[in-house]
Amino acid sequence: MPEDAAATIGRAASTSFSDYIAAQNPAALPSARNAGNHAAGGADLAPHATTIVSLTYAGGVLMAGDRRATMGNIIASRHIEKVFPADMFSVLGIAGSAGIALDITRLFQVELEHYEKIEGTRMSLDGKANRLAAMIRANLPLALQGLAVVPLFAGFDTTRRIGRLFSFDVTGGRYEEQEHHSVGSGSVFARGALKKLWKPNLGEDEAVKVAVESLYDAADDDSATGGPDVVRQLWPVVYTVNGAGARRIPERTLAEAAEEIIASRSVSGREA
Amino acid sequence: MTQQFYVSPEQLMKDRADFARKGIARGRSVVVLSCREGIALVAENPSPSLHKLGEIYDRIAFAAVGKYNEFESLRQAGVRYADVRGYSYDREDVTARGLASVYAQSLGAVFTAESKPFEVELAVAEVGASMTQDHIYRLTFDGSIADETGFIVMGGQADAVVEALKGRWNADQDFGEGIRAAVDSLRYDGGPNSEPRAHLGSQTLEVAVLDRSPLTTRGTVRAFRRVSNQELDVMLTPDGAAL
Repeated sequence: MPEDAAATIGRAASTSFSDYIAAQNPAALPSARNAGNHAAGGADLAPHATTIVSLTYAGGVLMAGDRRATMGNIIASRHIEKVFPADMFSVLGIAGSAGIALDITRLFQVELEHYEKIEGTRMSLDGKANRLAAMIRANLPLALQGLAVVPLFAGFDTTRRIGRLFSFDVTGGRYEEQEHHSVGSGSVFARGALKKLWKPNLGEDEAVKVAVESLYDAADDDSATGGPDVVRQLWPVVYTVNGAGARRIPERTLAEAAEEIIASRSVSGREA
Repeated sequence: MTQQFYVSPEQLMKDRADFARKGIARGRSVVVLSCREGIALVAENPSPSLHKLGEIYDRIAFAAVGKYNEFESLRQAGVRYADVRGYSYDREDVTARGLASVYAQSLGAVFTAESKPFEVELAVAEVGASMTQDHIYRLTFDGSIADETGFIVMGGQADAVVEALKGRWNADQDFGEGIRAAVDSLRYDGGPNSEPRAHLGSQTLEVAVLDRSPLTTRGTVRAFRRVSNQELDVMLTPDGAAL
């Protein structure tokens, strides 16, 4: 029975949660959904998440997301969170079709934790980026129907001791980015701001301010991106990752950063 | 044609149980105990990488004695069970009771139907918000399941270790005191009539804890944490600092 023995080893060798669930219960996977054969019109069909910015700083990497989800021209949510810790040393930001993106995030979090428990060690940062690319690739049929998910992935490489940043396209293409990157409908404006504001070896506090300001610029010109909401006291979601792990920046720090930007822009009294 | 010998079911089960017990008795003991700060798991294990203790889920840990390949496959199956359940429902829907009954069914099925029973004994521990909400389940090779309070000892000479631990353990201990009591009791596993062994060092021990409130102390929902050798050395000195 050499065939059976080989099959046993194959089963035992799989450490991937998504492979396991694909074999056991494929309907539970985010990619198992079928949006039907209508033309691309996903923007009006389900809430969309927009604008994630990410940048490196001295000793780590930072990711920030605004709080708005839109459905066509309607604001679907003012509270949505688009940046999540993937595990202790990495974070994930999502732009695109919100429902599918949240499911992919959840699957990715379980995937990393599952690997860690089965193997007794953490996955390498490149390994994590490749697993995420595979999940985005599995979503390609839905992306072609208008329900695309475009993540941004950042983490601390514990062997090289640096923060690294990866972007993806809907076909699962994985691209390592330098210095900073942004995705989503407001990303062109955020990118322009990042180019001017980012400097090598930023401190963590300065990096937070740069991220908030670039999101402010994105919200200023892109209607699908939400700016700092002083009425509801809603601020962007910001995570930093360094040698000590991922940390969510407290609301108070973000409120200060946002109010500082609003004040400086009111003082200058400029139109654009 | 050879004649099939008749063996009574009683004899068959007894032989299998004796076989499994003999296999388990070859290994060193494992102690799982509840204390004020959470649940401590202490095993005698000279290997730094082949673990007898493992994380299953947020508040659930696994401990085993016996044959490594058998309990390792059970541990992995447990992680898969918990992760599938947590992913399909919610993280709080994963409980030690559910996991323990799945283990009991698998062990029972293997014991009666397969040609050889598993030579393992398992513990599934779930830490609660207070000590009364802690669950420690003990599973034996034949699929028997027991819900224990306080502490359990598994392995070949568990009775002698239990006797030693009874006088050393109490519910108010912190991790340092509880782990010291467990390590001290493991020296008595030679049986009731033999001399206790010399003091056990951190090099031959594997220790892990389930923190009672990991969210406030470490900012994560995952309560399982391995205790490093350096940390263990500090804990094993009687007046060493608590962790």
